[in-house]
Amino acid sequence: MNERRQAGSDRRRPATSEEADGWRVAVKKTWKLYIGGAFVRSESGHSLVTADGDDNYPHGTRKDLRDAVKAAIGAQPGWAGRTAYNRGQILYRLAEVLEARRSELVHGLVRGGSADAETEVSASIDRVVSYAGWSDKYQSLLATSNPVAGPHFGFSVPEPVGVVGIVAPERPSLLGLVGSICPVIVSGNAAVVLGSEADPRTALGFCEALATSDLPGGVVNVLTGRRSELLSHFASHMGLRALDLWNVDDETAKPLEVAATENVKRVTRRALDERGWYDTDRTTSPSWIHSFVETKTIWHPMGA
Amino acid sequence: MTEQGLAQRGALPGASREASIDKVSVDERAGRLATRSIKTEAKLSGLRLVIRMMDLTTLEGCDTPGKVRALCRKALHPAADIADVPSVAAVCVYPNLVPIAKKELEGSTVRVAAVATAFPSGLSPLDVKLDDARRAVELGADEIDMVIDRGAFLAGEHPRVADEISRVKEVCGEAHLKVILETGELGAYDNVRRASDLAMEAGADFIKTSTGKIQPAATPAVTLVMLEAIRDFYYRTGRRIGMKPAGGIRTAKQALHYLVIVKETLGDDWLTPELFRLGASTVLNDVLMQIRKLETGAYQAIEYFSKD
Amino acid sequence: MTIKLIDGEPENPTVEQGRRKGERRLHFGDAWQYSPAPESPSKVRLEPRYELFIDGQRREPSTGRYFQTINPATEQPIAEVAEAGEQDVDAAVAAARRAYENVWSKLEPLERGKYIFRIARLLQERARELAIVESMDGGKPIRESRDFDVPMAAAHFFYCAGWADKLKYAFPGREVSPLGVAAQVIPWNFPLLMAAWKIAPALACGNTVVLKPAETTPLTAMLLSDIIREAELPDGVVNIVTGAGPTGAALVSHPGVDKVAFTGSTAVGKAIQRQLAGTRTRMTMELGGKAANIVFADAALDQAVEGIINGIFFNQGHVCCAGSRLLVEESLHDLLMRKLCDRMSTLIVGDPLDKNTDIGAINSKQQLEKIRELVESGEQDGAVRFSTECAMPDRGWFFPPTVFTNVAQSSRIAREEIFGPVLSVLTFRTDAEAIERANNTCYGLSAGVWTDKGSRLFEMASKLEAGVVWGNTYNKFDPSSPFGGYKESGFGREGGRQGLLAYLEVDR
Repeated sequence: MNERRQAGSDRRRPATSEEADGWRVAVKKTWKLYIGGAFVRSESGHSLVTADGDDNYPHGTRKDLRDAVKAAIGAQPGWAGRTAYNRGQILYRLAEVLEARRSELVHGLVRGGSADAETEVSASIDRVVSYAGWSDKYQSLLATSNPVAGPHFGFSVPEPVGVVGIVAPERPSLLGLVGSICPVIVSGNAAVVLGSEADPRTALGFCEALATSDLPGGVVNVLTGRRSELLSHFASHMGLRALDLWNVDDETAKPLEVAATENVKRVTRRALDERGWYDTDRTTSPSWIHSFVETKTIWHPMGA
Repeated sequence: MTEQGLAQRGALPGASREASIDKVSVDERAGRLATRSIKTEAKLSGLRLVIRMMDLTTLEGCDTPGKVRALCRKALHPAADIADVPSVAAVCVYPNLVPIAKKELEGSTVRVAAVATAFPSGLSPLDVKLDDARRAVELGADEIDMVIDRGAFLAGEHPRVADEISRVKEVCGEAHLKVILETGELGAYDNVRRASDLAMEAGADFIKTSTGKIQPAATPAVTLVMLEAIRDFYYRTGRRIGMKPAGGIRTAKQALHYLVIVKETLGDDWLTPELFRLGASTVLNDVLMQIRKLETGAYQAIEYFSKD
Repeated sequence: MTIKLIDGEPENPTVEQGRRKGERRLHFGDAWQYSPAPESPSKVRLEPRYELFIDGQRREPSTGRYFQTINPATEQPIAEVAEAGEQDVDAAVAAARRAYENVWSKLEPLERGKYIFRIARLLQERARELAIVESMDGGKPIRESRDFDVPMAAAHFFYCAGWADKLKYAFPGREVSPLGVAAQVIPWNFPLLMAAWKIAPALACGNTVVLKPAETTPLTAMLLSDIIREAELPDGVVNIVTGAGPTGAALVSHPGVDKVAFTGSTAVGKAIQRQLAGTRTRMTMELGGKAANIVFADAALDQAVEGIINGIFFNQGHVCCAGSRLLVEESLHDLLMRKLCDRMSTLIVGDPLDKNTDIGAINSKQQLEKIRELVESGEQDGAVRFSTECAMPDRGWFFPPTVFTNVAQSSRIAREEIFGPVLSVLTFRTDAEAIERANNTCYGLSAGVWTDKGSRLFEMASKLEAGVVWGNTYNKFDPSSPFGGYKESGFGREGGRQGLLAYLEVDR
């Protein structure tokens, strides 16, 4: 609490009668978690303070994770059941909404410490557009027709793995978030995402774009909080079928990967520096989508 | 059988559902049964059983009394010089030759079957077909091998086909009725199954694959489809219908394969000439060669067996 | 549709041993019996003792210890096999590393492929010998080892050989490279075939391997090592270390290993993953299953029965993708059970080397005990048991074909992998219920759907959480067809273009 009071101490406030006259009190935003398509307070009732001391943000806990996974499990089959074309249009709609909120996103990134906020926002919007285009194409690249030696017709198709837990990179806080969510959800997965701890407002602000796009509630759920507290719960949650861990070192990963074996989670652990997220060849490769699909092989006899 | 009869079939369990057949799986199952290894004692007893189940057949325009008499002698004593070779089940001829065969086989267990109902096409007026069958019975046939009207069947006139079978059954009286489906002309196995069901419902004592005039004739897979229809009919009614694959069976090994299919589909009750026949003539000498080989240990040559 | 009772059969029949009392039955007796038709093992040259295969040489184990491999049909030992210790694993991994660095990664891809083609051809040339040894060592019927295991193993080598010089086309626009040394641990249910599934793609992709066969079935892997020598593969490209759990554990956790491929139980698979946590070692896991085989009332019924039989009794049910949970549309249940029980009654249990045997020996005494224990629990749970009354050999480890009806979804026999010739039958009413029941498991390896309606088949296929869905067929495999699980049945695929990913680094 001490820290909190101090943080607010150098903010402007009316000190004189002249200042008080016509003084307007700004309406501050209460940052909330984004779960099941709704903005909710942390179940814990606690909040954390942003690095600049300007805002409180929710201190997400394992119970928030539980709620988010539940929402994601509920939303995932419907999302996967949409046509690929429809998923593509919804992602494109998300890009439109992001473009409309460009200035707000830039402003947020600047506050959150982004080195080049304009460029990051542009890249993020473009990333969504790129994946919108992937929605009905990666299947053609990943699927196969299997020339089996017998009177059977065989083919293999990619299918979503289910609900994926994403631990987004700290930086770039928007592009890393968008760039890790898109390859997961484009194939029909739902995601439970832990946003950047360094810049939590950006993650939650992004959710306002999600909420006003046509993305069904629960497909993407975003938590903020302490990585050190939440990672182990991501790893052990039996409802998460896969984990997408960004910039988690071997030592930190070890207990997570041990816990993840309990339901044989598919753990994808990658490291990418801030510049790497701007490498579009790499970050929009179908390999990224492939990491979160299952291959389903189907056989049927041929003969009447 | 009437439309109503067909509708009722739909309400009954078992084969009564319009059963569909998966071709690939049937072919695979029949192929799998062909890998049964029949050796030594099983082979010998199997071959003897094959002979007992055989319908020796001649159905040529040039059949004469002499040819038929020779066939009957072979039917009674397939190989005089091999011990314990039984007589075959029946001799199958055109109606005009029934009296010759009947006389030649008098007092034996060998039965006389006649093809009838405008064999092999079945494309004559019903009266003609009924008369054909009636006269064959009057001439002494113990068994009538009728053909269904495949044209009518494929045109979807199933009630008419069923009705014709029941009418023929009526004129058969005591004679056993074998209904030839001519599976080689029916196309899909689904049709084979439907025709089998229909024939059994209409009164067939046996269902039979082929006339021998059309290729393909009997195949193991088609036989399996028909045996499964017989099984479902038995489940449903308690009646045991017989089965006769005919044509295309040339070797003893093939004949034993058919026995395997019967054994593993319908079981012991059908391993009898009363319920299973093989319509084949050329296979007899190969069976005899195999029996002699088993007894002597030496591979045989066809010159040493009588060609009738 | 309600299935009416059969004419002349009692109303409200009591069920006895899973069958209605008084129902008409077929009799599969001795009217005409098959004589014994044993495949002769006389042409098989088995050695009394097998050493390790390291760096192209037969090597005595550093442990100095040997274990016996036992014929499960006779309970008699067949041969002694070396027990590899950590030093041997070290040596094998080092040999594989040298072969990778010095030779295998330097070869032109087509030349690599040609070596693999050679292996395929040699397997075909020695097919019968391999089949006989497979049946002696593992207990599976010779019909299966002869017609399935061995030809399919050869087919896998042949298929993968052709990929060796085409990897750059497999993932267009993406760079691929081999991983290095692959550690491969395989199970006892398809010993030679699993060796092929593991070795062939690894070599084709440019890796070298250390393989550990299962301790109850090491012999065909040792014969394969002869074939690999005969094919003149460079020393160290394939190394085979025999032993039990500790040998496998030493291998998969060896720091010199770049990739671990495991096929076996979910429990062991999880243990390996825990061992490798935090190491960034690449893994593929092909684990257990409890597949739903779903039969709708409109199915081609007799063929569905064949599929059910093939699904659960293939290889004594020692199949990770076995159709061990039969889900039957309720209206079809009685009729299907009658057909199934009649069909089961034709199954021949006996000498694995007899060409007419359908169901051979249970692989090990331990496995037989596990099957017995689960069957007992099924009976205690109130499920109704039907086992065929087929003649059983008086020695060896055998278990009769068994089906349980009246099984609760919560029962152990409906949830746990039995890995034996034991089928659990449950019913469903609607498509949605079928999906719900089928997916209500931690596993997701395979599933079967039997229906005559195309649109239903595709709907089911898309909603089933299973890596392989067989529509109107079951237990089909092909080198070109990716195989592997969802959920706790593992991850990664074997076979097809997708199977190459297990042994390649693809830019990501």
